[in-house]
Amino acid sequence: MAGTPSLPAREPLAAEHDPAARARRLKLSRAAVISVPYLWLLAFFLAPFLIVLKISLVEVRVAMPPYSELITFVEDGWIAFHGSLENYLWLWEDPLYINSYLSSLKIAAISTLLTLLVGYPIAYGMARAPRQWRFALLMLVILPFWTSFLIRVYAWIGILKKEGLLNLALTQLGLISEPLTILNTDTAVYIGIVYSYLPFMVLPLYANLEKMDLSLLEAAADLGCRPIKAFWVVTVPLSLTGIVAGCFLVFIPAVGEFVIPDLLGGSETLMIGKTLWTEFFNNRDWPVSSAVAVILLLVLIIPIVLFQRQQERSARAEA
Amino acid sequence: MKQGLTWFNIGSLLVGFLFLYLPILLLIVYSFNESRLVTVWAGFSTKWYAEMLQNEGLLNAAWVTLKVAFTSSTFATVLGTMAGLIISRFGSFHGRTLFSGMIYAPLVMPEVITGLSLLLMFVAVALDRGFVTVTIAHVTFSMCYVAVVVQSRLAGFDRSIEEAAMDLGCPPGRTFFQITLPVIAPAVVAGWLLSFTLSLDDLVIASFTTGPGATTLPMKIYSQVRLGVTPEINAVCTVLVGLVASGVLAASLITRRQELKREAEERQAAAIG
Repeated sequence: MAGTPSLPAREPLAAEHDPAARARRLKLSRAAVISVPYLWLLAFFLAPFLIVLKISLVEVRVAMPPYSELITFVEDGWIAFHGSLENYLWLWEDPLYINSYLSSLKIAAISTLLTLLVGYPIAYGMARAPRQWRFALLMLVILPFWTSFLIRVYAWIGILKKEGLLNLALTQLGLISEPLTILNTDTAVYIGIVYSYLPFMVLPLYANLEKMDLSLLEAAADLGCRPIKAFWVVTVPLSLTGIVAGCFLVFIPAVGEFVIPDLLGGSETLMIGKTLWTEFFNNRDWPVSSAVAVILLLVLIIPIVLFQRQQERSARAEA
Repeated sequence: MKQGLTWFNIGSLLVGFLFLYLPILLLIVYSFNESRLVTVWAGFSTKWYAEMLQNEGLLNAAWVTLKVAFTSSTFATVLGTMAGLIISRFGSFHGRTLFSGMIYAPLVMPEVITGLSLLLMFVAVALDRGFVTVTIAHVTFSMCYVAVVVQSRLAGFDRSIEEAAMDLGCPPGRTFFQITLPVIAPAVVAGWLLSFTLSLDDLVIASFTTGPGATTLPMKIYSQVRLGVTPEINAVCTVLVGLVASGVLAASLITRRQELKREAEERQAAAIG
């Protein structure tokens, strides 16, 4: 400032002269910026889980709120603890819950694999397309992702049902004589998940494949490697981070999916998200639903932590 | 090695995009169907749109949904931009692992868990369920998406400009508003739009956290969809898809043009320098 006398003189703050005070102020404002989103997430993301954990330990009650107290204050400053693992025992005893967890994991795993099989060629085609097309192709993949999830699932009901458009088309082409039963089966759930989660698979794969150094494929070809083999030994290993990220983004939410099994699945399609919903809204058993949620979280905690590590690593690598 | 598309690439792109778009296109086409039956085409008609506009409950729900989406996406953008900045610019601090965990976990957290846990918390602190609680719930998950979008934009942008400003004595707050914010503006806008549509779209979390008088449009659609496919629902869905698609297209074209302009200017500046 000293070198620009044309500027109006300004009373400098004391802090600007004292480097220690300036550093202190900087540290304080840094902490303030961190604390706002931090506190929000602690209050509305982490704290609710602790409450779920607490309610999973108590009993259901006919009242509002419909559960008993975990801790009560008795005289002389003593507190009484009323928790029990009864709800968890109940989950263990009734085969409905175990079957729901296992069937959710199976459906999510199969759908993730199918999404990868459908998504990889699309991402690959996009990454190899001429540069000036890529933005438009990217938009085409992202656009359905912006349209309502519920609407996209709903659209499949009209296609898959017995007197739906798919059966109509297949009958008219003479491919089938009897209409196929697809709606309200596990097949419909697979189609629904692959369709709804496809962008989550394509986007990380595309981001990864686009950055690939094509001269590696040239080198492979020069050394006599056939294109198909080069794909397996060069392209696939190099795109592994994209594959892993896409699979996490599909698998984890698919395990707890509610809308797709509810609208497209049948009565025998068991998925834990649907079981939790029924337990909560139809049976109004908050403690058991909480226990279902706690176990679901425990099942998913390993993939979630792995996913978060991977995200953190790639965020640091980019920075 | 030829770069460019093989027939296999073109084929997979065509099949892929057909798969992505055909269901939505069919839904739009059948919203103009005269007949109530989904598979019978009985001529063009807009009567379902007229019917939709007379459905009071539906319009109320649409209004609630828009209010929630607007409020929650605005808050989520502010909080999410801060969070994105913290993750990519603040280095390490106490509790960073927990912080980044709380940013990335909601992206994959099953909605039933998020919904249930928020509801139980609102009940525990005796907060009346309604507009406020749905909005808080939507801010919480949307801000994480904004954070990721902003963070990836910041990762692609050279921090030496910010460092230069700070070395010249520009306070961090001013550096942010004068240098960082203009650069990440497209990501902030995209984050707002993303939060808006996520909120517009949400059924599960809203069902848990809302109360009487604050039924959202997806909840309304869901309760009718369970009864079967009807042309009115197709009409509602078409309007929603149309609105969102044109908004997103416009926004992305604008940011794309700005980006191209900026790149051209940078090239020019480099050529002169």
